[in-house]
Amino acid sequence: MMMAPQRASSAGAERPAGAHGPRAAVAAVEVRDAAVRLGGQTIWRELRLTVARGEFVALLGANGAGKSTLLKALLGLLPVASGQIRVLGRAAGEANRAIGYLPQRRTFDPSTRLRGVDIVQLGLDGDRWGLPLPLRWGRLGERTRSDREQVWRAVEMVGAGPYARRPIGELSGGEQQRLLIAQALVRRPGLLLLDEPLDSLDLPNQAAVAALVAKICRERDVAVLLVAHDVNPLLPYLDRVAYLAAGRAVEGTVQEVINSATLSALYGVPIEVLRASDGRLVVVGQPEAPAHHHDRHLLADGAGDRHAD
Amino acid sequence: MRTEPTGPTIGWDVVRDVSQVLEYHFMVNALLAGGVVAVMAGLVGWMMVLRRETFAGHTLAMMAFPGASGAALLGVPAAWGYFAFCGAGALAIGRFAGAERRSWSERSANTGAVQALALAMGFLFVSLYGGVLGDLESVLFGNLLGVSDTQLLGLTGVAAAAVVALAALARPLLFASVDSDAAAARGLPVQALSISFLALLGLAVAATSQITGVMLVFALLVAPAASAQALTARPLPSLGITVALGLLVVWLGLGISYYSVYPAGFFITVISFAVYLLARLFAMALARRSRERAPAASRPGPRRGVIS
Ligand SMILES: Nc1ncnc2c1ncn2[C@@H]1O[C@H](COP(=O)(O)OP(=O)(O)O)[C@@H](O)[C@H]1O
Ligand SMILES: [Mg+2]
Repeated sequence: MMMAPQRASSAGAERPAGAHGPRAAVAAVEVRDAAVRLGGQTIWRELRLTVARGEFVALLGANGAGKSTLLKALLGLLPVASGQIRVLGRAAGEANRAIGYLPQRRTFDPSTRLRGVDIVQLGLDGDRWGLPLPLRWGRLGERTRSDREQVWRAVEMVGAGPYARRPIGELSGGEQQRLLIAQALVRRPGLLLLDEPLDSLDLPNQAAVAALVAKICRERDVAVLLVAHDVNPLLPYLDRVAYLAAGRAVEGTVQEVINSATLSALYGVPIEVLRASDGRLVVVGQPEAPAHHHDRHLLADGAGDRHAD
Repeated sequence: MRTEPTGPTIGWDVVRDVSQVLEYHFMVNALLAGGVVAVMAGLVGWMMVLRRETFAGHTLAMMAFPGASGAALLGVPAAWGYFAFCGAGALAIGRFAGAERRSWSERSANTGAVQALALAMGFLFVSLYGGVLGDLESVLFGNLLGVSDTQLLGLTGVAAAAVVALAALARPLLFASVDSDAAAARGLPVQALSISFLALLGLAVAATSQITGVMLVFALLVAPAASAQALTARPLPSLGITVALGLLVVWLGLGISYYSVYPAGFFITVISFAVYLLARLFAMALARRSRERAPAASRPGPRRGVIS
């Protein structure tokens, strides 16, 4: 005796109004002077950030700067101490079904016995209670079929078709990352929040995944806020960047933000930005945020040591 | 060949052999109870193996010892003791040991602490009871050949409830098991799901161990699911194989024991171990063959077609 899928999560009702809808003017993300406190420590404050519909924005900053914390605040998983957050025109946490979220650094245990395509499918129906009836005909059969098509569209979009049927634990980091992006993408979200998707990938894979995200952003008209450590693989694609450091953030175009004057003012210590001959940007002298938040005052004084990653 | 004058004899006529087994009511009940347990333990065990909570399952099985001895001490039915201790054990593991934020090694250390405490309590109850706990052997090895009609009915009811509950929770539980951060962002109650599953596991273990004993629960909870998962990564076929292997193990074990002087529990455990071993060997051979066949196909790297 199996239960039919309960929640009527028909895709149409979920979908945020696209660029042509009445809410086209509403930003995908709007953070106004927000602050978050964790364990008695202010992680960042007076934070302002806007991501327009369909825009590709990178969220940069050293380890421990509070980038993941910001994504969690956007999802309503952490409360803001002050200020306001609007996501897709609604309060944080209320639009989560229209957000594709890729949490930081997830690798699957090599013994995980599920296929890549099952992992993608969980992004579509992992929050439905009950089991799908394995019907071929009728309304439920129709739904099973359209679910399957939607899953495979997401798989093809990230180019994971050739290995989507293999056990996820046996795949390489880059392959797993593509499938996880497909999982975030499968419900056709209006906003993608990707936490360090380039982390732990080799350089060719970083370039390929950056290009993939840019393609998704354009073709699916989805806004992307992508957390990264290094801006270089993203440079050809970004609309804007936000840089988080010392509990504050600046946002603007790459040229406006990643230059010696802006970053020196943000960190409060002299920072040098060099441009290599191939266009790559090298930021020199920024103090790495401390691993433990009670060391934060050191950072504000500019005395924080550079920690190995 | 020495023939036993009183015991049943086995021959090449399978139909005759099987119908001979089915002549006895106690054998029919044993086959039915074994089948019910195989299905329930297989399905719950599949999720347990996927969640890597085998040690929690083992700990819950151990709860049968304080459960049975505590019940004997209080003079209440053993079943009450089983359910009370398995339920309390599930909560203890879930709240104290299983909190999602803890690391895996920390969780297993805490689960081990719960297990040690439970066994110590069982020891205390036995010594307080004073007399010889006559049921001790059936606590360990069960009494599959002595299942009454009432017991069979109760077992079927518990198993049906457990399977329906598991089906209702299946997808969120799967999501939270493999990908808890993403599941939490989707609004799933990850912690509550984890505790609910342990409670379900406790229920399944308690019902099962009344009949098959502590030792056999394990053979039916882990071996079929782990074998099936070694053979395929597709969820539905994997679940089907789990149930089929569980039924095969129980019925084959019971059938053989009918014609033998050794207990059913022994055969069931040995067969499930053999099945697991074969499945692992088969999976290893498959993996080697696919590696040899496609050495370059699985290499990571930027894929053509990704960049538009
Ligand atoms: N639950 C928590 N309680 C207290 N401090 C926390 C908590 N979670 C994170 N932090 C601290 O908040 C800071 C920012 O963390 P995080 O957002 O993960 O940084 P990033 O993603 O930029 O590397 C870190 O200094 C971290 O130690
Ligand atoms: Mg982070």
